[in-house]
Amino acid sequence: MLTGHQTWVFNNKPVIISTGTVGGPFEANGNIPNDFDLLHDDMWLKQDSFEKAQQTLMEEACQTAVKKSSIEKEQVQFFISGDLINQITPTSFAAKTIGIPYFGLFNACATSMESLALSAMIINAKGANYILSGTSSHNAAAEKQFRYPTEYGGQKPPTAQWTVTGAGCALVAQDGQGPKITSATIGKIIDMGITDPFNMGGAMAPAAVHTIETHFKERNIDPSYYDLIITGDLGHIGREISLDLLKKRGLSIQENQYVDCGLTIYREGQPVLAGASGPACSAVVTYGHFLNRMKKGDLHRILVVATGALHSPLSIQQNDPIPCIAHAVSIESGSDV
Amino acid sequence: MMIFFWAFVVGGAICVIGQLLLDVLKLNPGQTLTILVVSGAILDGFGLYEPLIDFAGAGATVPITSFGNSLVHGAMAEAETHGLVGVVTGMFEVTSAGISAAIIFGVIGALIFKPKG
Repeated sequence: MLTGHQTWVFNNKPVIISTGTVGGPFEANGNIPNDFDLLHDDMWLKQDSFEKAQQTLMEEACQTAVKKSSIEKEQVQFFISGDLINQITPTSFAAKTIGIPYFGLFNACATSMESLALSAMIINAKGANYILSGTSSHNAAAEKQFRYPTEYGGQKPPTAQWTVTGAGCALVAQDGQGPKITSATIGKIIDMGITDPFNMGGAMAPAAVHTIETHFKERNIDPSYYDLIITGDLGHIGREISLDLLKKRGLSIQENQYVDCGLTIYREGQPVLAGASGPACSAVVTYGHFLNRMKKGDLHRILVVATGALHSPLSIQQNDPIPCIAHAVSIESGSDV
Repeated sequence: MMIFFWAFVVGGAICVIGQLLLDVLKLNPGQTLTILVVSGAILDGFGLYEPLIDFAGAGATVPITSFGNSLVHGAMAEAETHGLVGVVTGMFEVTSAGISAAIIFGVIGALIFKPKG
């Protein structure tokens, strides 16, 4: 329950009973292809627009999560999800296909943990038995909306990041086998006045640090409590800045204990500049890679801190700074909680 | 032989200016392009771009500044024979090859590939 000012501790321990992760061709060629349930070799997914392709990714992630569990889709009460595209239409169209009551969210790349925290809260309060919680992004759809006309081929600086094509979904339940969601810290908007949308890692780092620091303070635990502290998509630049800030704030986090989904999903040599980003980044890497490692017994306690840059193309054109947020959710293996 | 050297230096210098506009002044590619085209036009207005072409050859004709130069050059030439109307008709006279090529190859590209950004 509420601990401190912005942290929930879930006494009833909601369980992630299954997950679904879907990726595109660039992800198939990346660092963790075996952690995806489904990989596509075509950016279009046989659809006639990139937005429809993104919708398909989300639908497939949800269908996979349900298929891997022992329950039927009709037993799921809510679908809690969102994405980057204007008015989150790919998610809403996917919700139409999935056909279960739906909460639409927007927290950009922090949507993954925002939806997981809210799902865990509802399950913990026994407001539902099963909730599908996930998010999606599509590289070409995001480029179309946030960058120049893509045909123009405008140059990107080395601080820019690569939006993941994929979708990740977790099926959260009251009980069952699987990793348990133990707490969540809801971040607040941190705005350091950065206006460059090609340096989102740098813009988001202070938000990540604020949420991490608050989480430890409010839960009254030490960073050594977790095997890994996993940030969403800070990339090379944001990771370095946040490590510096964490040190300045007196938090002793080891470098090898602090990993970033945006630096995990792709191989060295893929042209992703400062790393990966996009709502699907933290979703597929957490629900695929890190939960698989937890199932293998590699990891017991992780804190996932999904970071979001909440600007729009319009706010950037009007020279507004980038409002940033980070939400943290702690996931612990079933055995020791 | 020296024309190759100066083409390399002048063409490279124009590109350095473009890169500085992008990286230091943080302009977007559209703004950078517009500034370079307008600069070429202004330089030709003062009669400075043609000497640069004589000096550096393709180093001055290949960068986008040359497009601004061509716009003004065509307009001025036509204005001399047809007056004010010539400014309108002449503007695209020298540049018509570039513009037509952009349209024609754009259409061909669109027919072959999926033109949805």
